[in-house]
Amino acid sequence: MERKVRVLVAKPGLDGHDRGAKVVASALRDAGMEVIYTGLHQTPEMIVEAAVQEDVDVVGLSILSGAHMTLLPRVVQLLREKGVDDVLVVGGGIIPEADAEELASAGIARIFGPGCPTSEIASYIKDWFETSERAGV
Amino acid sequence: MPLDVQTLLKRFREGDRVALSRVISLVENDHPSSPVILDTLYPFTGKALRVGVTGPPGAGKSTLVDHVAARMRTDSQKVGIVAVDPTSPFSGGALLGDRVRMSSVNLDDGVFIRSMASRGSSGGLAWKTFEVCEVLDAFGVDRIIVETVGVGQGELEIADEAHSTVVVLVPESGDGVQAMKAGLMEIGDIFVINKSDRESADTARRMLDSALELKPVKNGWRPPVLSTVALKGEGVEELHRKIEEHLRLLVTSGSIQHRRMEGVRAKIVEILRNRIIQSAWERNKLGRLIDAEVVSVMAGGSTPYKSAAEILRKTGQ
Repeated sequence: MERKVRVLVAKPGLDGHDRGAKVVASALRDAGMEVIYTGLHQTPEMIVEAAVQEDVDVVGLSILSGAHMTLLPRVVQLLREKGVDDVLVVGGGIIPEADAEELASAGIARIFGPGCPTSEIASYIKDWFETSERAGV
Repeated sequence: MPLDVQTLLKRFREGDRVALSRVISLVENDHPSSPVILDTLYPFTGKALRVGVTGPPGAGKSTLVDHVAARMRTDSQKVGIVAVDPTSPFSGGALLGDRVRMSSVNLDDGVFIRSMASRGSSGGLAWKTFEVCEVLDAFGVDRIIVETVGVGQGELEIADEAHSTVVVLVPESGDGVQAMKAGLMEIGDIFVINKSDRESADTARRMLDSALELKPVKNGWRPPVLSTVALKGEGVEELHRKIEEHLRLLVTSGSIQHRRMEGVRAKIVEILRNRIIQSAWERNKLGRLIDAEVVSVMAGGSTPYKSAAEILRKTGQ
């Protein structure tokens, strides 16, 4: 059986808008992935604990509150503290381009902004997975 | 980096949750290392008691599981939760959303929640749910709560996998009670009418209770019908009490030991059957023979039954 790609879709922080996260979660499901959806108002600690328990390949973080420079790097930092360094972390939401560059250096591989086709997100994840260490196990 | 199973299992035995999670994935994905892993862990299994929670979609299963797990934690029990949601038969993907309702235990390091996609299994569980429970058992949890996909009437696999099965219904299920007699009604050790703050709840509870009265008492246990309001945590204490009472009865009556023996037998049969089919298949190159027969049937020269008989004759079976 083909190895399923497992993706955690989470909303860190306090904004209450999860339409985008749900659209992305549904699109990734339709692309054949197993999507674990954790809902609104997650702390970085909750997100990382879920990522560990679910052994996901990818963590997708949707954030519209403006707190991305604090919360997103924190998720990567906590993952590394747990010894999880082979997971792809990506983000989406209202994130200025300049911030995206800084986030990239903090370990958030890619930011998908408004208007980005969901097919682009799915194929980015699939391409990453095929060459990742996690593909074989 | 190649996978080092022995190092992974060593970390597992030391209580490393990242290792536990990785081991579950290897078993769930039927990785080539899976038999070695399950063999190595087998001596550490047999301690955890398994509680199944099943019922129709949206009945409140996940929310109840969250509360019951939290209640088990107050007895200092370690809890594993396996929550199954359906895989799409169209895309092969799945949306696993049970964690959304499990917010009171998701930061508790005495609780480990794992979502599983059914991956084509049609019995309400995933193919590897049992194996994942064994892994959690070996990790040292005291209780495992298995939540099925939202079921209709025929997905009853949970009754084989769980020691105690809780069937969660809602007041509106009341009208369907009669219809359910041949399915869900038969597997519940405990019935719950959730959302019992609704008007018709008491009627539903009484109807279900009187329907159950017609069933013979099995092993000294008559399935109780409980009322809960999961969102407010009402009725959880009583539900937890009944679960523990039922589990205690199963332990003291020796029923759990018997179930384990039956389970071992079924497992050996399953593994043997798969191996025998696989080796006969490869030895006789059945794939090629079947291809030829398909052509023959499509050309009108044979029928599926005649073709199967012909293949058996050729392979000397």
